[in-house]
Amino acid sequence: MNMRQQVIEGFRQSPFALAACAVTAIIILSAIFAPWLAPQNPYDLAALEIMDNRAAPGHVGVDGMRYLLGTDGQGRDVLSAMLYGLRTSLGVGVLAGLIAIAVGTALGLLAAYFGGWVDALVMRIVDLMLGFPTILVALILLAILGQGTDKVIIALVLVQWSYFARTVRGTALAERQKEYVEAARSLGLSHRRVVFRHLLPNCLPPVIVVGTIQIANAISIEATLSFLGLGVPITEPSLGLLIANGYQYLLSGLYWISVYPGLLLLVTIFSINIVGDRLREILNPRLQR
Amino acid sequence: MTATLVVENLQTHFHTRAGVARAVDDVSFSLERGEILGLVGESGSGKSVTGFSIIGLIDPPGEIVGGRILFQGEDLASKDEEALRQLRGRRIAMIFQDPMMTLNPVLRVDTQMVEAIRAHEQVSIAAATERARMALVAVGIPAPDERLKAYPHQLSGGMRQRVAIAIALLHKPDLIIADEPTTALDVTIQAQILELVQRLCRESGTALIWISHDLAVVAALAQRVCVMYAGRIIESGLVDEVIDHPQHPYTRGLIGSLPGQNQRGQPLLQIPGMTPSLLNLPQGCAFRPRCDRASDACSVAPAETRHGGSVLRCHHPVGEGA
Repeated sequence: MNMRQQVIEGFRQSPFALAACAVTAIIILSAIFAPWLAPQNPYDLAALEIMDNRAAPGHVGVDGMRYLLGTDGQGRDVLSAMLYGLRTSLGVGVLAGLIAIAVGTALGLLAAYFGGWVDALVMRIVDLMLGFPTILVALILLAILGQGTDKVIIALVLVQWSYFARTVRGTALAERQKEYVEAARSLGLSHRRVVFRHLLPNCLPPVIVVGTIQIANAISIEATLSFLGLGVPITEPSLGLLIANGYQYLLSGLYWISVYPGLLLLVTIFSINIVGDRLREILNPRLQR
Repeated sequence: MTATLVVENLQTHFHTRAGVARAVDDVSFSLERGEILGLVGESGSGKSVTGFSIIGLIDPPGEIVGGRILFQGEDLASKDEEALRQLRGRRIAMIFQDPMMTLNPVLRVDTQMVEAIRAHEQVSIAAATERARMALVAVGIPAPDERLKAYPHQLSGGMRQRVAIAIALLHKPDLIIADEPTTALDVTIQAQILELVQRLCRESGTALIWISHDLAVVAALAQRVCVMYAGRIIESGLVDEVIDHPQHPYTRGLIGSLPGQNQRGQPLLQIPGMTPSLLNLPQGCAFRPRCDRASDACSVAPAETRHGGSVLRCHHPVGEGA
């Protein structure tokens, strides 16, 4: 049975994981198609009706528009803002996650394959990165780099690559002992081909698992940074920024501005994590019954 | 004509924390074109390390510390990594012990064979695939087109070893180093592979070093044999001579411990004691503590001496009277 069949079969056996998969898919699709799904363009200030500000969920506005999840302080439709916010959150999280996977995997492979001082250098940097609290490192980086979506992605990559480097190094050390690596070298293949063509594909299953969980983690870190005012710019608010914008109204009873984006963030991270956990159960031979 | 391979006083040591392990110590032998040489010995006797030294795949903490490896007159021990890479797979090929492990489990057979061809020659993928197909036919694989599209786990052990042999033969190398290639196979497949390798070497003039702990296999295949013990060749000569008239006490012990038809019901002979640790070899002859013919003279390492057709490292060879 190849890996793809194994994964499909594994998800079939768990209705809960299958549901999480479906929810994740819906979330990703709504992020991609936000401009077509959202009732309003939240970035278009001319479309906002200030008279409808802080309207409760279900309110029908002056121009006859129905605000399913209410409006914020500027009369912006919360549902539309959430869909666009999800787009930003997922985009930043996934992009940062993928770059971190590429960087971390490459460095982990090199460390395991060449060993010696390369290994020592890479792994000491990894230890250093893992020794600091993620949020603290990200905050310091953003304070140095300044604000902007690209800066947030750089900060996320810098705090996350070390997880992949460590995971891949462990797997690659075990794979490197196997005869096919020696056999590939005995064919006269270059180091680069042996590492990336032969070693890399055999190290991928744990990367897929850690990658899924770390993407959820990146989304959550980005939300935290945005909540603290150090994340993406206010012109393209992510879910974290939406929560921050609404939380001053919480005590006045205008819960919807903050709570709905919060719930969406929660569901997003939760369902991605469930998918990741299930993948780990399927791909880790030690957990197989 | 120069010999395909001449190994002179090869020394490969491993620098470990516990000390220097002399895995290969002063090993010399030579190989003519088309010749098959058997390299026999127990686990840890240095036979695999000898093979890896020739092809230049000794990784730290291992190091070739002395001797020369003359491959068609060129000294491999003094070549740099890139020059060795050019040789590997093209002029010197290797076949490994476990066919389950030597093919990459996630790459299809055709991918791996095409890659092996294109590592040394600039040919199109289509041309390389056609050559891979021919190579599979040459090693007797039925339905080669299907096998090319298969992943290694879809093939049987014998089939996989045939693929490995086909890959080794792709560039028509001058020398193949086979490291226990039939150990993991069952006996009927083993016989087929032996016959195949013998035929292919005879047809192409490829020299072959067959590393094995199985004397019976070497007897059936090789023309000459080197018996290794604790990093040294202790007896070498023509296969028939060494097996019929072993002169070193260790070789005699090895052959005596094989089960034969005449000793049915009797306990097998065994060599007392264990292989010594390479970190802590006995002074002089490494076999001395286990040898029934040892004397005071054996505390000095014996030099290589010629006895009939064989070369020995022993002060008291069998047949000379104790």
